[in-house]
Amino acid sequence: MTVPVTGARPKLARKVRLKLDRHTGEHWLIYPERGLRLNASAARIAALCSGELQVDQLVERLCAETCAAGRERIERDTHAFLQALSERGLLEWVT
Amino acid sequence: MQPGPTSHRPYTLVAELTYRCPLRCLYCSNPVQRADAPQAELDTASWQRALTQAEELGVVQVHFSGGEPLLRRDLEALVQHAHSLGLYCSLITSALGLTRARLGELAQAGLDHVQISLQGLSDADGLQIAGRTGLAEKLVAMEWVRSLSLPLTVNVVLHRHNIEQVPELIDLAARVGAERLELANTQFLGWALENQAYLLPTAAQIERARAQASAARDRLRGRMEILFVLPDYHTGTVRACMSGWASRYMVVSPDGLVLPCHQAHTLPGLTFERVTERALGDIWRDSPALNAFRGEAWMEEPCRGCERREQDFGGCRCQAFALTGRLNATDPACRLAPEHGRVLEARSRAAAPPTAERPVQLRYRRVPSAR
Repeated sequence: MTVPVTGARPKLARKVRLKLDRHTGEHWLIYPERGLRLNASAARIAALCSGELQVDQLVERLCAETCAAGRERIERDTHAFLQALSERGLLEWVT
Repeated sequence: MQPGPTSHRPYTLVAELTYRCPLRCLYCSNPVQRADAPQAELDTASWQRALTQAEELGVVQVHFSGGEPLLRRDLEALVQHAHSLGLYCSLITSALGLTRARLGELAQAGLDHVQISLQGLSDADGLQIAGRTGLAEKLVAMEWVRSLSLPLTVNVVLHRHNIEQVPELIDLAARVGAERLELANTQFLGWALENQAYLLPTAAQIERARAQASAARDRLRGRMEILFVLPDYHTGTVRACMSGWASRYMVVSPDGLVLPCHQAHTLPGLTFERVTERALGDIWRDSPALNAFRGEAWMEEPCRGCERREQDFGGCRCQAFALTGRLNATDPACRLAPEHGRVLEARSRAAAPPTAERPVQLRYRRVPSAR
């Protein structure tokens, strides 16, 4: 994963809204003309992308919440998801 | 009681608030047939009720569009209502007549995103295509959008006379800080079909523009999203128009007709219902016109046995009717369609552009008044 500046904190881009779909109970990222359906763990990561936590801290928080999956797996999934969001222009990095 | 999502859940509502507009674009998607008589428009309460019912049906995004939606003085109230329902609100505008104060009020009301159209890089483009200048106003409006921290999409309808501006249009959109640039090749319906001889680009022009957009997309990945909507006239395949008839998109016309697209009320033999007549959920589920082209039972050959039918849904019904006179026909943009020759003829006409001896007649979009 490419973090533009060491210690930068991921934040959902301003065009993106994290939304709970009350019809299905799923979470979505909504942005112009599009919607990205999220599974539960992606939704949790997205909710933590508020510009306050660095990636490591975000992973730390997830690990504390979800003991079941090992840290390595959580770290890998988080990096992959943030990378995907970043490439779609759905993420900003706060420094 | 909640109707809840149906198997044809609409995700996006296109609220066409008015057909009135300060522009006269040669490719306008508003119906040609409704340009001359004054048009009735829904009042504020009816729009608010429609928004509420749309959200109950599953809609998550609303595009406030037109015509020019800024001409509705209740736009702020409608945005506020949609926002209170949790809908993602986009304003689709020419930006002409916008003030910074009004944009501020719209942002305050909960607007999530602004899309501003450009006719090209110069006032000459605006004058020729839309019947008026206004580039400077549009650029200033884009700055206001940025200064209010609203996300910005720049939209350009591409045609023969501006498609070679694509590299400069990309630079301009990046310079004004747009998150998205929509380079949408003209769809030849309505006014655009009337002006096809003037608008249709050549295959070589499209190929060049596509390559330029594609290179810029890689260069700007993560910073600005670039959409290049390929023209079905040149691909030999059809678009999945509106992701299928009355499937994921719902359009409500200024006078409240519940439609599958911007043009469907110009098709003969289909009676669309108004949001003021019946609950939106009932109309969406039961309206015979909205059920007319759902599924595959209506399809003719070659669509019926085609493996692409689940991806392209047989193409655009409005285009099929415009070019063949039959509603069930395979969209002639498809190379497998019996009437594909119509599209090939148009393409060869584009390859041999009009000359002084064979001038092109332009039909500017006329604009109705409010009733």
